[in-house]
Amino acid sequence: MNPSEKKIMERRSFLKVSALAGGGLLLSWGAPNQAQAQGRGGAGAPPPNPNHYIKVAADGTVTITAKNPETGQGIRTMLPMLIAEELDVNWKNVKIEQADFDDTKYSGQNAGGSTGTPNNWTPMRQVGAAGRALFIAAAAQTWNVPAAECTTASGRVLHAGSNRSLGYGELATKAATMPVPDLAGLKLKEPKDYKIIGHTQTGTDVKNIVTGKPLYAIDVKVPGMLCAVFEKCGVFGGKVTSANLDEIKKLPGVKHAFIVERPDVTEAVLPGEPGLENGIAIVADSWWYAQSARKKLKVVWNEGPRADQSSAAFAQKAEEMAKGTPQRVIRADGDVDGAFKGAAKVLEANYSYPFISHAPLEPQGATAHWKGGKIEIWANSQTPSGGRRMVAQTLGITEQDVTLHQVRAGGGFGRRLNNDYMVEAAYIAKEVGVPVKLLWSREDDMAHDYYRPGGWQFLKAGLDASGKLVAWQNHFISYGDGERFVSSGAMGPTEFPQRFVPNYKLNASVQKLGIRTGALRAPSSNAFAFVIQSFIDELAHAAKKDPVQFRMEMLDSAAPVPAPPAGAAAAGGGRGGFTPPGINPERMKGVLQLVAEKSGWGKRTLPKGTAMGVAFHFSHQGYFAEVAEVKVDAANKVKINKIWVAADVGSQIVNPSAADNIVQGGIIDGLSELMSQEITLEKGRVVQSNYHQHGMVRLTQAPPAIEVHYLKSTYNPTGLGEPALPPVLPAVANAIFSACGKRLRALPLSKSGFSWA
Amino acid sequence: MAFKINVNGRATSVDAPGDMPLLWVIRDILNLSGTKYGCGIGQCGACTVHLGGVPVRSCQIPLSAVGEKPVVTLEGLSADGTHPLQIAWQDVDVPQCGYCQSGQIMAAAALLAKTPHPTDKDIDSAMNGVLCRCGTYVRIRQAVHKASELAASHAGKSTPGGNQE
Repeated sequence: MNPSEKKIMERRSFLKVSALAGGGLLLSWGAPNQAQAQGRGGAGAPPPNPNHYIKVAADGTVTITAKNPETGQGIRTMLPMLIAEELDVNWKNVKIEQADFDDTKYSGQNAGGSTGTPNNWTPMRQVGAAGRALFIAAAAQTWNVPAAECTTASGRVLHAGSNRSLGYGELATKAATMPVPDLAGLKLKEPKDYKIIGHTQTGTDVKNIVTGKPLYAIDVKVPGMLCAVFEKCGVFGGKVTSANLDEIKKLPGVKHAFIVERPDVTEAVLPGEPGLENGIAIVADSWWYAQSARKKLKVVWNEGPRADQSSAAFAQKAEEMAKGTPQRVIRADGDVDGAFKGAAKVLEANYSYPFISHAPLEPQGATAHWKGGKIEIWANSQTPSGGRRMVAQTLGITEQDVTLHQVRAGGGFGRRLNNDYMVEAAYIAKEVGVPVKLLWSREDDMAHDYYRPGGWQFLKAGLDASGKLVAWQNHFISYGDGERFVSSGAMGPTEFPQRFVPNYKLNASVQKLGIRTGALRAPSSNAFAFVIQSFIDELAHAAKKDPVQFRMEMLDSAAPVPAPPAGAAAAGGGRGGFTPPGINPERMKGVLQLVAEKSGWGKRTLPKGTAMGVAFHFSHQGYFAEVAEVKVDAANKVKINKIWVAADVGSQIVNPSAADNIVQGGIIDGLSELMSQEITLEKGRVVQSNYHQHGMVRLTQAPPAIEVHYLKSTYNPTGLGEPALPPVLPAVANAIFSACGKRLRALPLSKSGFSWA
Repeated sequence: MAFKINVNGRATSVDAPGDMPLLWVIRDILNLSGTKYGCGIGQCGACTVHLGGVPVRSCQIPLSAVGEKPVVTLEGLSADGTHPLQIAWQDVDVPQCGYCQSGQIMAAAALLAKTPHPTDKDIDSAMNGVLCRCGTYVRIRQAVHKASELAASHAGKSTPGGNQE
């Protein structure tokens, strides 16, 4: 058990059991203790109630609660699978219920950092195993036989010696009276005995999705509900000077129109969640009326101090910074300057990547109902705990006065780690006193994102006469102020290839930024892997070595993992993540070897203009190596023939179908970022307004085949949502170089005249 | 003003402004939640429905332009998920977030109604207008082929284009 798992177990060290009304068993985690729960919830918190994970009705129906937010990553299916496996029930008899957000009952109710699997792998199986033990205890007592003689199968307890059996439903009432076993002492199944884990289970909601049932935040309907839009200034922090609200209020269907004014945010580095912003709320009978009225708005904005920022000026400033002395040194190992002097070959290259938007297909929105000093919210947040806190602070109520229902999200990708839209809905609902559904337009979403920060990396590396990498220097230029980076704009002191080159120096400079930034799927890694693995490819070619072989030699040169410097930022950890323990070179070599074998690396003769490229990256505890085979024509049109993925995410793939799906999706997401996505700023405002200006891979552009291979290792299972994405960008860029000799160092590739065939 | 339209085989009268897009009529007046809003400018295809058997972006069709042509939404294929495309989507386990899948299925239904045995190329060109932000494209192609097989083996029992009466 690793330390983070141990911590989870200590927090949730006992179970509670009680009888269901009408017969049956209810198995629950006890909350840690009342004082702790109140400490989290603030004064006036009610005593914690047992929370529901497993319900077994008298007829044998098993209901399992899924605690985490579902954004498409499959967690609503996967967590109940873990419980059902150890409970030893037939998956076909399992019903799944979504939990509300409730930290007196559950912990870790979030979707971020690919942590769902590693954080829940052991605790959820223990929940199931504890339930199974109770049914065995109940049966053993009924039959007056030792529990050790009883076994289970498909929701029944069996006693082979007397050829008797009882269903869980029949035992439920008695099981509810049995003492809860010590979790640590429970024996979990051997993987060879798994009937649910490791076997494809169709997504819980798929039938409801294909029949159009209301599942998403946009589908929420509450009696008496009005619909709202919220118009904000295109420049962050801009305020309303005047607006034609009297006219707006007279328009069809409009019930309310009012100005929201908030205190200025004055920090040079914007807070992770700046909170409710200035703007104009329009509330109407239906969303279309509100949105139509909005088009008639005439607003005079005071745009404030951030109205002069532009992408062109940021790029110019970065060039100037690169010529000067870096503002600070993040890490220095060995002596890079000495090594460059002694190197046989020195390469320099400048890489860059833009701001990009999350753009989940379902725009931001939430429904809220203010009643009697409390608020009830339906939202699709990836961090409901943060949302509840911010709603409570904004409305001046306690967190206990916020009820938060978790609704399926039409995509997350990190956007819904931020809860601005939830707070807007809550604020507007409180103002108007009836239930309100707030829905952003696509244009709102693209103009008011927490963007993946852009940046520049000015790289220099040295090779010795044998072609071995001896020195690596990076001047990392990002956004921030002094020693602070903007959210998701940091590079940590352990970024690859630190530990894999004797002389390593990471310098950093930052410039101030007045837009919101945040974590986008595989934060920082989604940009850094492109830079690092492309430059490594340049070095391999300069060393006249095969790109796989050059990487293998780098991985062979690993220094032991050092203790991280005090206060070091987690490289590639992401929000909701953790500090990674550092790359295990053997695991990375394993996936690199596997992807080379599966793709026929170096063994296949390809036509002129077609070539393969390789890259690897470690993030969110996942080891990924990928190969792309691409064809590039004379007009720089790129066709991807195939992509091979090799992954080491531990000992077990929980739901194989969902796993392949999300890996393939990560690859396609990465291809969108590679080729076409870019957010630019002019006059302080985002230029791009909708999907036509922030392209996404379409069906014709998607690779016909993405082959996914898992290298099973002895480590605990980890997540797949993020780590598949980063290597695909450099794998394709490296393949393009091999196919046509053009080295592309700026994202997106469309800026260099490339496009999909 | 009241407009008479036919949605999923049912004639209905809708009292709404003529410029209200069919998308919002379907969602907010007829309370059919399957059809989704994604971009509002006909770029993402999440709002795809059939109008007179042709796939259209319902965010771009004003109510006044609907007329007598039958409208079919995802719910019109079958309420219980038994249309070949709905079965195939479940068998192949296509969705991730699932938000685009109504548009994908409706685009596929229009394709299969015209081309019961499509090639990959047919699928790509017919469905290129529907974005999947999660990138489930490999499975979308697979599921359309599967639905085509299912429809062929149940020929006569169901219509790939859905209920067009």
